[in-house]
Amino acid sequence: MSIRINQNKCIGCKRCCDSCPGTLIDIQNNKACMLYPKDCWGCASCVKECPVGAIDFFLGADIGGNGSTMHVEGKGDILNWQITKPDGETKIITINRKDSNKY
Amino acid sequence: MEKGDYDTIMGKKLERKKIETDVLIIGGGTAGCYAALTISRKSNLRVWIAEKANIKRSGCLAAGVNAINAYITKGRKPEDYVDYATKDAAGIVRHDLLLTAAEHFNETTADMERLGLVILKDENGDYVARGNRNIKINGENFKPILAKAVAEAKNVTIQNQVNITDLLVDENRVYGAVGFSVKENVCYEIHARAVLVATGGAAGLYKPNNPGFSRHKMWYPPFNTGAGYAMGIKSGAEMTSFEMRFIALRCKDTIAPTGTIAQGVSAKQVNARGFVYEDKYGLTTSERVYGTVRENQLGNGPCYLKTTSIKKEQDEELLKAYLNMAPSQTLKWIESGKNPSEQDVEIEGTEPYIVGGHTASGYWVNTKRETTIHMLYAAGDVAGGCPQKYVTGALAEGELAADDIVEKLTRDADTEIEKTIAAKLQNDVETIFASYEKILNTNGETKNLYAMEELEEAMQKVMDEYAGGISTNYQFNEKQLALAEEKIEKLTVLANEVTAENMHELLFAYELKERLIVCKSLIAHLKARKETRWHSFNENLDYPDTDENYYKYVNSKLENGEIKIIFRDIVKGAEYEHQN
Repeated sequence: MSIRINQNKCIGCKRCCDSCPGTLIDIQNNKACMLYPKDCWGCASCVKECPVGAIDFFLGADIGGNGSTMHVEGKGDILNWQITKPDGETKIITINRKDSNKY
Repeated sequence: MEKGDYDTIMGKKLERKKIETDVLIIGGGTAGCYAALTISRKSNLRVWIAEKANIKRSGCLAAGVNAINAYITKGRKPEDYVDYATKDAAGIVRHDLLLTAAEHFNETTADMERLGLVILKDENGDYVARGNRNIKINGENFKPILAKAVAEAKNVTIQNQVNITDLLVDENRVYGAVGFSVKENVCYEIHARAVLVATGGAAGLYKPNNPGFSRHKMWYPPFNTGAGYAMGIKSGAEMTSFEMRFIALRCKDTIAPTGTIAQGVSAKQVNARGFVYEDKYGLTTSERVYGTVRENQLGNGPCYLKTTSIKKEQDEELLKAYLNMAPSQTLKWIESGKNPSEQDVEIEGTEPYIVGGHTASGYWVNTKRETTIHMLYAAGDVAGGCPQKYVTGALAEGELAADDIVEKLTRDADTEIEKTIAAKLQNDVETIFASYEKILNTNGETKNLYAMEELEEAMQKVMDEYAGGISTNYQFNEKQLALAEEKIEKLTVLANEVTAENMHELLFAYELKERLIVCKSLIAHLKARKETRWHSFNENLDYPDTDENYYKYVNSKLENGEIKIIFRDIVKGAEYEHQN
């Protein structure tokens, strides 16, 4: 699994459910819930769709994960990817959907 | 029956729903969505899209796409693309399919730009090329842009969360399909005058790079399970070139794309001793994988893309580019504490896939993308003969299939859908629905000895060890293939006994069955091509050289439960029509 849903932040809007290409997320007790954790592709669609930044993306330890997480706080075309390291240090990378990749 | 009765399925019947439409599109990925859009724009035909997830981000483009990889750049022509793809596949391609796709690359790209896709332009307003055939975009929201246009299109019904399992075929003509809801206790019988299969290729056949916790951190969507191939094989459609497997060369562990580094910042493939080995083995897609495998075998691994030669200022843009298509790689750089300019990126080959968007595996179609079954079309990753079509090729094939469907159905005087289908087909429908219910009706006590997950792992192990997976450096011999065939046959019998506790598990059960059907066909194809035409993709150690007697297509068809191999001569003309 490469996502973790923060139950305190989740508002149960269902956008993550509709964006998962594997239909792996469902609403239970008004909160989003990952039904099949090992089946996650790690595409981060749900992370980008979540309007309240409630979904953390991380790497499994088997592929180099070292405890950092990242989530997106977006507004319109702007996606602010916030990376939080285990020691609390944060880094923000801003993507504007109107800008093309340079490479 | 009250809705509450469906809370537990055991011992119950599924609710039946009957749908009538002009065109059924199976799979709402890139090809399926663009076909729906085309039909809606050019006719008044009713379209019904059956999508097992949700078209918003389903299919290969869930995460996004890093570039348009098939484009006719300034000064080049579609024929150049045909030449390139032909050479890359050592001649086993269909010129007619490549040319017609290439002729539509630019027009479909322009259409996507009109719909909202961001494409990088220079000061003259021309697209900026990346290499000879690529242009630079922001592809993070490619699929949502396309899905939005489909949602707004007239006469198109999108049915998300419905999984199709079988086509309704009688006397070699398609009349519709059947499937079930992934969430509700409902099964569907869909009658249509034409059907387009636009599902994905097949992932998960072989043991993956990361078999543990991150087992689904793979190149191709793990949800693309070969359903479209399987339903065609079961109905007797002819398939081509399954033996031209696709193995991607990727960033190690994250399985993120390498093109952005290799082409975007011109990083070379180097071994652990710093030697640039890519020139030694050749630059075709399979040679790039093979070279990496060989260097590892020779003790020169690990292999890398040399990013330490890039400028520090390029780091940030690379981190951003990867966030737009493979965020795990960006996170990996951050986790390691070193940017790409400070450490080379380790690379590895993935497990093999069957995917018509990259190699030539898939349905054997005519130039208009009709399969060997009348009124059944195929487009995108599920359609064969047209490798390296990528995203724009999927759009092009969706459009080409849609054009022919529109022409035939509007020309046809008989505009009424056949309200009644043949008694034989009605029987088929009931038999299939009964098989869904059999899997679901466990009565709580007859749970199968083997769970679906175990059988899936067993299948992946067999394919890995005996049909040329990662652990054998993608190589195999005749004896191993015979063992693979025998073992897959046994697993197929076991898979018939799996049970499911809900509709989502029923989906898993069918995905396992589909993969086993594709494995069986794949092994038959690997056995039939008694040569090594492409290193790694099809490397038979009993026949290590290319044999010009095999300058042919290896096709196959299921007849009376057996896979019949058909060798066909290479098609050179601009137009191909099915003859026999």
